[in-house]
Amino acid sequence: MTTQATLSGRDRSRQAFLSRSTLVTSLVLIVGMLLVLVLNALPASNALHVSGATVALLGKYFTYMLLALAVDLIWGYLGILSLGHGAFFALGGYAMGLYLNAQTSALPGWQAMMTYFPVAALMVLLAPGLLALAFGWLAFRSRVTGVYFSIITQALTFALMLAFNRNEMGLGGSTGLTRFYELMGFSLSSEGMTVALFVASGVAVLLAFWLCRAITVSRLGRVSLATRDAEARMRFIGYRVDHVKLALFVVSAMIAGVAGALYVPQVGIINPSTFAPLFSIEVVVWVALGGRATLYGALLGALVVNYLKTVLTGAMPDAWLFILGALFVLVTMVLPQGIAGVIAKWRGRRRAAVRPGQREASA
Amino acid sequence: MSTFKEQPARAPLRGRNIKLLLCLLMAWSLSFISQSVFAATSSEPRALLEALDTGNFQAKGVAAQAIADSDAEQKTRWLQALLDGRLGKERRGERFYIVTDDSGREWPIIDAITFEDAGTGTRRTVDIFKINNDLRTQIEGLLASLSLSAGDEASRLAAARQLIGEIEADNAASVRQMRNEEESDAVRQPLDVALALYDVQQGDAEALDTLRGNLDTRIRNTLVPIAAGDSPLAAEARSVLDGIESKRVWYDRAQTLFFGLSAGSILVLAAIGLAITFGVMGVINMAHGELIMIGAYTTWLIQQALPGQPGLALALAIPGGFLVAGAFGVVIERTVIRFLKGRPLETLLATFGLSLILQQLVRSVFSPLNRRVTSPEWMQGAWQINEALAFTLNRLGVLLFCLAVFAALWALMRFTRLGLEVRAVTQNRAMARAMGVRATRVDMLTFGLGAGVAGLAGVALSQLTNVGPNLGQSYIVDSFLVVVFGGVGNLWGTLVAGMSLGVINQVLQPWVGAVLAKIIVLVGVILFIQKRPQGIFAPKGRTS
Amino acid sequence: MSGLESARFGRLRELARPDRVFDFMAPAQSPVDVRHGPILYLEDVSVSFDGFQAINGLNLTIDDGELRCIIGPNGAGKTTMMDIITGKTRPDTGQVWFGSRHNLLALDEPQIANLGIGRKFQKPTVFEALDVTENLELAMAGERRVWKTLLARLDHEGQARIDEVLETIGLNDERYRLAGVLSHGQKQWLEIGMLLMQRPRLLLVDEPVAGMTEPEMHRTAELLTRLAGQQSVVVVEHDMGFVRSIARQVTVLHQGSVLAEGSMDAVSSDPRVIEVYLGGDEESA
Repeated sequence: MTTQATLSGRDRSRQAFLSRSTLVTSLVLIVGMLLVLVLNALPASNALHVSGATVALLGKYFTYMLLALAVDLIWGYLGILSLGHGAFFALGGYAMGLYLNAQTSALPGWQAMMTYFPVAALMVLLAPGLLALAFGWLAFRSRVTGVYFSIITQALTFALMLAFNRNEMGLGGSTGLTRFYELMGFSLSSEGMTVALFVASGVAVLLAFWLCRAITVSRLGRVSLATRDAEARMRFIGYRVDHVKLALFVVSAMIAGVAGALYVPQVGIINPSTFAPLFSIEVVVWVALGGRATLYGALLGALVVNYLKTVLTGAMPDAWLFILGALFVLVTMVLPQGIAGVIAKWRGRRRAAVRPGQREASA
Repeated sequence: MSTFKEQPARAPLRGRNIKLLLCLLMAWSLSFISQSVFAATSSEPRALLEALDTGNFQAKGVAAQAIADSDAEQKTRWLQALLDGRLGKERRGERFYIVTDDSGREWPIIDAITFEDAGTGTRRTVDIFKINNDLRTQIEGLLASLSLSAGDEASRLAAARQLIGEIEADNAASVRQMRNEEESDAVRQPLDVALALYDVQQGDAEALDTLRGNLDTRIRNTLVPIAAGDSPLAAEARSVLDGIESKRVWYDRAQTLFFGLSAGSILVLAAIGLAITFGVMGVINMAHGELIMIGAYTTWLIQQALPGQPGLALALAIPGGFLVAGAFGVVIERTVIRFLKGRPLETLLATFGLSLILQQLVRSVFSPLNRRVTSPEWMQGAWQINEALAFTLNRLGVLLFCLAVFAALWALMRFTRLGLEVRAVTQNRAMARAMGVRATRVDMLTFGLGAGVAGLAGVALSQLTNVGPNLGQSYIVDSFLVVVFGGVGNLWGTLVAGMSLGVINQVLQPWVGAVLAKIIVLVGVILFIQKRPQGIFAPKGRTS
Repeated sequence: MSGLESARFGRLRELARPDRVFDFMAPAQSPVDVRHGPILYLEDVSVSFDGFQAINGLNLTIDDGELRCIIGPNGAGKTTMMDIITGKTRPDTGQVWFGSRHNLLALDEPQIANLGIGRKFQKPTVFEALDVTENLELAMAGERRVWKTLLARLDHEGQARIDEVLETIGLNDERYRLAGVLSHGQKQWLEIGMLLMQRPRLLLVDEPVAGMTEPEMHRTAELLTRLAGQQSVVVVEHDMGFVRSIARQVTVLHQGSVLAEGSMDAVSSDPRVIEVYLGGDEESA
């Protein structure tokens, strides 16, 4: 690479919000969503008709994509590997679950306040946000990094799983919350509601994507990349890396919470298994497969893996865990930059992102 | 007499008072009747058994007493069979049978009088004599006094222990006589206690001295009502009870400590292999739990290959589990981990993928169902120190096994060439290389060693729980916390951390329940790691 | 009234002043007070790791605008001393003051950095995933808070400053290259450039010329000498030729404390220094 080439070849995508990848991703999302809506509106007899069940499935994928985005924001850009993001997702889900329960029956005690949508919506953000704030404050302040952080996030979600399994929590014990009938006065089982939730999830993905993009192209984004690669150095030039981490961790947890809140009405149940460490670590493989530190890679990864899961658990249920396991191994060994890395390479843009994580060892 | 309604066999006890009343009435009626039927003691065996054939438990009690008092040779066997629910009468005939094995639908039976083989019987052909709880207690007492007057020392001792709290006015004299005739000190001691308890019940305050510090629950149960009053006897009884209570508290603590250490030893076994791989190579092996599972399945397989010899199978499983899991470890290291050197987060993900594959592999090959590994006889049962303190043998075995494994590992690290090289690589990989240590070979061996120890943990676990595909998963979070809590790469730290987490968990359990105790421990460790990221035994230094 | 209490009341009074906004809303400026003496003052500092005494009763004074070289054999405690000044390591005993106002032992790394102490590490650490300009932008003195960095834009003044530094460190042609692909020497320069962007009052430079070619060394020497005067510079270096070319004042560390201090000539003729330094050299020769 010559000096002349690099002079003009600055990677603009890292500093400009309206970069090509933002535009393409947004466009794909919007067009895809509209296409599904149009095809859904076709009469059922039409060969191209997309059924309500498929729309619901895609809506669920959207919430997974949102969750993947949350993980990529902190893993890709800050090098914080959370193995407990399912916990934030589940907390948002439980907040929404309580609200849905409150539509048809009176809830006891403090849960009664969840009857009101604004309160519930606030809780969707606050419950995961505050947990992330308290947990992150403790962890980042004492400089718990790398695998240590990963392990304690896993312990956190494991502890929460045990806690939510207890009937004394008043949150349905191991059955969790179910029996959802109405959302804001409309029946949850209606076709219209399915479409509405699909659209809401899609819009949420789009907004969250823009939010994350805005953060990562700002100076804060560069601060976080620098923190990911040389945390100690950042301290010596005067940045409070713990604050940076905490801020992004909380934002990420809130996005996960919103994802959970949108997920619950679409699948009709939330139970402690969402806290299971396996789910959280699965999310990580979505992001790893899609490609870290690209945002669109996370969206792509979530979609691909979950589509595979839907197809394979139906066709050969025994094979799914083999394939998921193999995905973990192959992605880390063969595709360390994921699908996005392949795309970037393919387009001859090898400078797109210096291998994230290569400096993690020194942390 | 006739005011007694027949008690249903499984009548729920509606409170202590009622039961006590019944006992007293029963004792009274027994003494009354036993005198009236005393004449029957010398009657022929058939008549003795005939008396049992009644629906009235009262009358059955009388008949049992009569059998005990008779001089029939078969009386012990009859009472035992009656107690076991195996004594019965032919439904359409006059013969009495003892069922020798009631596990199947067709029972092999023998004649109750001649003990000759009588073919088979079923529930339809043999009418089993039923007994209720009070009757069971009574028969146990009868059997105890029977074996006290006959049999070897062991059975006399067992019988003497049975008698505590069972002495009534009608047998007190005979027990006292037996005590005086008894030659063995060991047997005399429980007899003294039983008699002293009886004497206390009769109001003898001096007899209390014999009971001081005795942890037998029957003594406490008997003394509690006595201590309720205002009398000097009651006051004295209270002081004895207090003494028993405080002694009991100590033994309870010892018991809790034992359970804690045994739970902790499992944690240590599960974590120590991890401590080696994590400490030496900086490798987070999420498949560690599955290596434990492989060790457990190896034990199960060896046991399947050697039916009826659980002891031998277990002895073979120890090297077997180590080698099989170790081999898996070496393969994992060679094929995956060595390509991810210096990328701990990627290693974590890849090994997690391996854990999923291994789990599913076991599910596909052996079915998702749990398998049961039988413990050899010497691992079953408990070592009863006293009434309040017992060491379950399998847990004790695992505890000792854990200490042995730890000692072996420690010696390996301390005294062998491999240990030296491993320690060198841990401290400074580049320097160790320059000194001629083949770091890649050390890595392979270390990982194999860690995996082998995981296999040993699996062998130990198979003695405590069922073996299933999810076995390893349930230990992985815990073992990571132990490693981090103890300080990475520190064997002693892992030992102390595992044991203390086990004990803390066990101490918390009675207060808050098992689940909450576990949550508290998890949260506690999370907070601890925030405070001291380097663990209990933090290595200090410029580079840290 | 005890000192602590009066300090507390003083803070309360500060809060009550009508002409001022709250402390935490005021721009974070804390001028270093050097009217009453040195800019950096270490007194009787000791620290040990697992029984190893890395720093042992160290006393050191750096005057404002001074260029000081610190030399010493391996394990003399040079890097540990820098760790203590920048807040990475806490000493077991002793005092460290920046000017006469700031007790460095009460502050952590970012606070110390924001007071105006810059540090260059032995091994160059630049942000490899960012390009050269971005590296300089992050190091630029200014607002460090999360919210502010989210909204920050590079203004003309900042751009001009970056251009100026790029010129100084000779990386103008590489401005849009990722720092990760720079050569070792270029990384060293970039790191020095980042220090310049920080505009520190005190610069701690750990082995700046390691891995540099002869002309590069000359440029570095020239740069450091020029900086001294406006800023105080402390250089830790092994290369005696380089030290001789820049040093006015040299401090020799040995086993965690000061062995000798003075001009290069005075120090290099000190028999104890010769013993420590050359004694080892002769053995290896």
